[in-house]
Formats: sequence, structure tokens, C-alpha cells
Amino acid sequence: MKAHLSRRYLFSASHRLHSEAMSPEENQSTYGKCNNPYGHGHNYTVEVTVSGPVDENTGMVCNLTDLDGFIKREVLARYGHENLNMLPEFAQEVPTTENLCIQIYEIVHRGFHFAHLERVRLEETMMNSFEYAG
Amino acid sequence: MVYLTRKAEFSASHLYHNPDFTPEENRRIFGKCNNPNGHGHNYMLEVTVKGEVDPRSGFVVDLKQLKEIMHREVLDAMDHRFLNKEVSEFLHKIPTTENIAIAIWQRLHTKLTAAKLHRVRLYETPDLFVDFYGEK
Repeated sequence: MKAHLSRRYLFSASHRLHSEAMSPEENQSTYGKCNNPYGHGHNYTVEVTVSGPVDENTGMVCNLTDLDGFIKREVLARYGHENLNMLPEFAQEVPTTENLCIQIYEIVHRGFHFAHLERVRLEETMMNSFEYAG
Repeated sequence: MVYLTRKAEFSASHLYHNPDFTPEENRRIFGKCNNPNGHGHNYMLEVTVKGEVDPRSGFVVDLKQLKEIMHREVLDAMDHRFLNKEVSEFLHKIPTTENIAIAIWQRLHTKLTAAKLHRVRLYETPDLFVDFYGEK
């Protein structure tokens, strides 16, 4: 029996949406308040969904300890309480929640092998969220 | 095709233990969930059915019937129960969130006639949930 398991994690970070490829006016009209030169922050919720057969012996898709350990080490420690614009992956790329969602997907996809990664869903606020499934 | 989701909450206790494992293996694999005295959760169940909207009633499914089936098949059996001892599926199977979601699917899918069961989503806590789509 194949089941999907989803786990939600919180982290807080700051960012500024600004593209070097745009004029100051274009940046302002595209990103609005998010273009504030001093940046601003969010409490992000990342929802990671993995899937696989339910192991007959454990009743689990994967052990939560493994998933929690990986996400804390590779995602929360990397992005929690950071200014996203300062990180190498956002040196050339605007740290929109879309791009951050893709980055997190790639980290999990590359490094977590205890179950199949289905998707990463990233909530920037209670009102907006983004999903990436590769 | 329209999808309709109905929620229901139930509270139950359980523990994770496989008699084929050594006590050390049980503790290592299941951690705090292996506490022999059990522990509990408020489970939030979301049942999603799909179907065409009936042109006369405007319904995908009669909500009252769906509610009755969910109560009869799931809540009456699992609410305020110790899953390992009182629910037949878990006398010999570990009541993980995965296995509970599968058991709920199996209890519901043959009982639904008008609409087809699409997904069983079961939250063990607000931060952890399992989706089951009936896949083998």
C-alpha cells in the first residue's frame, strides 16, 4: 500500500525582492513593498510530502526521526533566521517564495533517500503558498 | 468532476510496538511512541469524495449520508478508543498514521455509492498528516 506522508516545519527569514536586471522603477512596480531596500521578514511554513510503500514491519512510509533530522540539518539550519539575499543560491536569483520553494525541493530531492519526495509546499504567510513537485 | 471534502475529529490512544523486534529495536525505531502505556492524539480526518454534480439536487453527495457513514464506520469505532486493543485492524498491525488512514479508506470505500472516494487525509497533529488514495 502506497501512502503519502506530509510534515510541516517553521522557520523565519528575511528577504528583499529586487532584480538587478530591472530599473529602480521596474523593481518598484513589480515587487511593490517587497522591494523595500531594508528588506522584511516572514514566518515560513514548509510542508514536505514524501511517499512510498508502508513498511510491513514498522507501519511507516519512512521514519519521522530521519525526515525531521534531515530537514532540521539541511533546511531549517540553512534558512532559519537568515537574510536570504545573503545566501549564495540567491546571489544571482531573487529570493521569491517560488525560488526558495524550488531550492528546498532540490535540497531534499538530492539528499533525502528514505522515501520518494512528492512535493514541497512553502507558505510565506497564511494567505499565500507555493508548491513545487520537480 | 467536483471534489467535496468533509472533516471530522476523533481522539484515540495508541502505541507503536512490533513483537518481532527486540525491546531495543522497538525503542530505537519508534522512540517515545513505544511507551508501553500508550499516548493519544486528536486526529483530524478529511474525507474527499468525487463525482458529477447531480442536476436535480446540485450535490456531489448527500452530506448527511456522508456524515452518517463517517460516524458509523470510523468515529463509532475509533473515537475515545485505545486503537491497539479495541480496533480490529490494529490487533496485529501497528496503528501508525499511515495504517489508520489505510484502514479508514478500507472502511469507507465500499460504503460510498453515489460518489467515489478520492482521498483520505488524516492529521495526527497539525504538523503531520498522511494521504491515502487507495493505491496498491
